[in-house]
Amino acid sequence: MSSALPAGVERRRFDGRERLATRGDPVYGEPQDDEGWRAWDAGRSKLGAMLEIGMDLGIAGDDGVLYLGAASGTTVSHVADFAGPTYAVEFAPRPTRDLVGVAESRPNLFPLLKDAREPETYAHVVESDLDCLIQDVATRGQATVALRNREFLAPDGRLLAAFKARSEDVLSDPAEVFDDVLAELRAGYEILETQRLDRFHDDHLAVVAEPRPEGSE
Amino acid sequence: MSDQRPESAGWFVDVDPGDLDAGAAAIYDRTAEHPRDWPAEAVRAGFAADEADYYDALHEATLAATREAVQERERSDDKQLTHAVRAMDDAERTANELAERLAEWAGTFDRDVPGGVDGAREVAAWTPETPAEERVVSLAERVVDLDDERAELRSFVESHAPDVAPNLAEMAGPVLAARLLSLAGGLESLAKKPAGTVQVLGAEDALFAHLRGRGSSPKHGVIFTHEYVRGTHPDQRGSAARAFAGKLAIAARIDYYSGEFKQSVHDDLTDRMATIREREVCQ
Ligand SMILES: C[S@@+](CC[C@H](N)C(=O)[O-])C[C@H]1O[C@@H](n2cnc3c(N)ncnc32)[C@H](O)[C@@H]1O
Repeated sequence: MSSALPAGVERRRFDGRERLATRGDPVYGEPQDDEGWRAWDAGRSKLGAMLEIGMDLGIAGDDGVLYLGAASGTTVSHVADFAGPTYAVEFAPRPTRDLVGVAESRPNLFPLLKDAREPETYAHVVESDLDCLIQDVATRGQATVALRNREFLAPDGRLLAAFKARSEDVLSDPAEVFDDVLAELRAGYEILETQRLDRFHDDHLAVVAEPRPEGSE
Repeated sequence: MSDQRPESAGWFVDVDPGDLDAGAAAIYDRTAEHPRDWPAEAVRAGFAADEADYYDALHEATLAATREAVQERERSDDKQLTHAVRAMDDAERTANELAERLAEWAGTFDRDVPGGVDGAREVAAWTPETPAEERVVSLAERVVDLDDERAELRSFVESHAPDVAPNLAEMAGPVLAARLLSLAGGLESLAKKPAGTVQVLGAEDALFAHLRGRGSSPKHGVIFTHEYVRGTHPDQRGSAARAFAGKLAIAARIDYYSGEFKQSVHDDLTDRMATIREREVCQ
């Protein structure tokens, strides 16, 4: 089940331990080696955790990416290190300020202070036919966000999402919350793989999915 | 002109490639129904020579536009803070007024009731036995609720002031920072005020009296409530207020123009205040 890492992501040794790494300017105090690689902390990044547990993400180096919920850029900085054009959407001003700083040294990273529930406010900037839609918004209505942004994906593109149970409903059993999220998601996506991220992130479900052809909803 | 753009037009349409401001404005002001292959369209439209050139332009425009959008959003957050601190003051004043009325009324029931909100808390715990007592207890409950709301507003101000104006909040404390923003009418206008004006903000009544020939020139406004001014010996208070107001004006400018926390202004003020207060000792 272990799958190849995308070009530009490698396992390198830091302090005697093999860790995921990408090449770029450091962002959050992560360890670096002399060749410019910086460790990708799976405990601080849901996408890092998805790679670490060996999910088949189907991303390749140089892919076009739309990243929703970029926060201050911890994860999206690694994505921009190996991917192609990377659009980063975040709606809180304070983390976006840091995100802009992260984007300064990364010419392929485009920061946008926008609400992921309103794709029409960035559809004139973010291009269509992207290879990858990464989502980590940790807010109510996570499945709806994924559905609304499906139009940015190429027909063979991938949704890579981390769903947080407690963002939907604090009281219900996470397993039930995830069932509801997946049921809603199926209206626009075919689910390829799901994994709990508990080893790194409590109560999160990671999902890899492919858009369903238009009209088969 | 914007009416003639198709429903799904790229941000670069009608934007001059060299005009960063126009590009930035287009990114935040326009919308589109659906995404399209913008890099290819931009090249076809002659906005960029090739896709690499397009992405360079996009990078520059999104950085500038998003930096600006962040600042604008944070500035509008200063309005929320202004309303919150005013509401906090109103809630406090109203709670105290009602508490006085209540203490007077409750005193007619042959029970000893302290004044203020503390008294209202006691009365709220009574078990009413007559229709009049029912009204008194109910009124006491409103006073308590109002005082709880004041506390909630205060914690809102305390947690949001550092986001809106990190240096000002650090220097003045969150509540005084919010009062200064409220008196000035927002972070932008506070940042544009000279230190002398910051020093007397909130002392307008005293200032007008002085200008009309009554009373002495006020040396300090609302900043008097800060320990740096009030806690300094009266002989040195003028210098303390001047020094404090000078650094507050700088803090507001840093918050408005850069938004980054800057430790050195805080260290400067600490040094300056220590020097001023030493003078007292030598006298
Ligand atoms: C868990 S954090 C993301 C962490 C980030 N992905 C990382 O790994 O570096 C979730 C972020 O989503 C943002 N967010 C929540 N709702 C959003 C929305 N509707 N549009 C855009 N961003 C949103 C929050 O402000 C927060 O910064």
